[in-house]
Amino acid sequence: MFCDRCGRSAAEGDHSACAAARELEPPRFCPDCRRRMKVQVVPAGWTATCVEHGVRRS
Amino acid sequence: MPEILDRARAQVLADGAGLDEAGILAVLRLADEDLPELLQLAHDVRMKWCGPEVEVEGIVSLKTGGCPEDCHFCSQSGLFTSPVRSVWLDIPSLVEAARQTAATGASEFCIVAAVRGPDARLMAQMREGVKAIREAVDIQVAASLGMLTQEQVDELVAMGVHRYNHNLETCRSFFPNVVTTHSWEERWGTLTMVRESGMEVCCGGILGLGESVEQRAEFAAQLAELDPHEVPLNFLNPRPGTPLGDRPVVEGKDALRAIAAFRLAMPRTILRYAGGREITLGDLGTRDGLLGGINAVIVGNYLTTLGRPATADLELLQELKMPVKALSATL
Ligand code: SF4
Ligand SMILES: [Zn+2]
Ligand SMILES: [Zn+2]
Repeated sequence: MFCDRCGRSAAEGDHSACAAARELEPPRFCPDCRRRMKVQVVPAGWTATCVEHGVRRS
Repeated sequence: MPEILDRARAQVLADGAGLDEAGILAVLRLADEDLPELLQLAHDVRMKWCGPEVEVEGIVSLKTGGCPEDCHFCSQSGLFTSPVRSVWLDIPSLVEAARQTAATGASEFCIVAAVRGPDARLMAQMREGVKAIREAVDIQVAASLGMLTQEQVDELVAMGVHRYNHNLETCRSFFPNVVTTHSWEERWGTLTMVRESGMEVCCGGILGLGESVEQRAEFAAQLAELDPHEVPLNFLNPRPGTPLGDRPVVEGKDALRAIAAFRLAMPRTILRYAGGREITLGDLGTRDGLLGGINAVIVGNYLTTLGRPATADLELLQELKMPVKALSATL
């Protein structure tokens, strides 16, 4: 599993700053494979797509 | 009372004439203890010359990322190792975003693209998208598509785009430290064409890029010279992978001083809270700014980052007894 903000291993290092930042940011990395996702932000939400693992939504 | 506040009261509040660069600088240098009085004066100026209404707007990115320009604050430049990938919004989703924005009571919807300037594909998307929105949603459409040719300006007017955003971002003397792929003067050129076309000019920038306080005053004075209909004020939200990714955020008090100073420089403009206010000012500061010169907000999410929920801002406006500007008032 990977941090969806910085793309590094979720098990290693401190991701508390990532978690705090994520309150005002959509995810950027797929937590399953760490690929950069295609992210579309709209006024009331976001969608994030990994070619391998599909679409995530707010 | 500091002399500059006396001068501003006589000149800006009474006569509606904005402060000059030296006056703006004096405001930006006021001590923390003078801040409440400064904000009150800026608020009085806003109420007298603009009124209590707040203009509410939503924005959406039609084309995200992969921009060839190198604006050092921007996560959408293709020249940095930012995690933001290139993506296009389809027309049905664009119309839905406009509908969601209108549902908040907003009168403005701005379509933004991360480009140096529009190409044929983007203009085609705009033609189709603006037409679809105008058919389905009651809202004014604005656009922000970078630098334009005269033909593109004319085409946007023909589509019914009523306002064009193009930020100068920072003052002329600091701009080369922030952008090297185009010049401040090129941006000014687009703004001049937009003005002459009859579209409303929306032009602001970002504070906290590393500019000095003198350069902040220079920027406000240059904007006042341009005299835009609207000035969106962003505060740097340092983005991972960009050259400014490690910069500190603007101090809340400096942000409030800047808001008041920009209001005293431009008593009649629509001064809009844009990106970065959540991290720079938080909830309490957001309120202080609305009582210190701000008279417009972007509600909901931004282009690549998220805002607070629209309802939080709308409830705050209600509590402050500031009515949302109705669509009819803008037509
Ligand atoms: S032109 Fe706009 S999208 Fe492109 S890098 Fe500059 S600010 Fe970002
Ligand atoms: Zn992380
Ligand atoms: Zn994946």
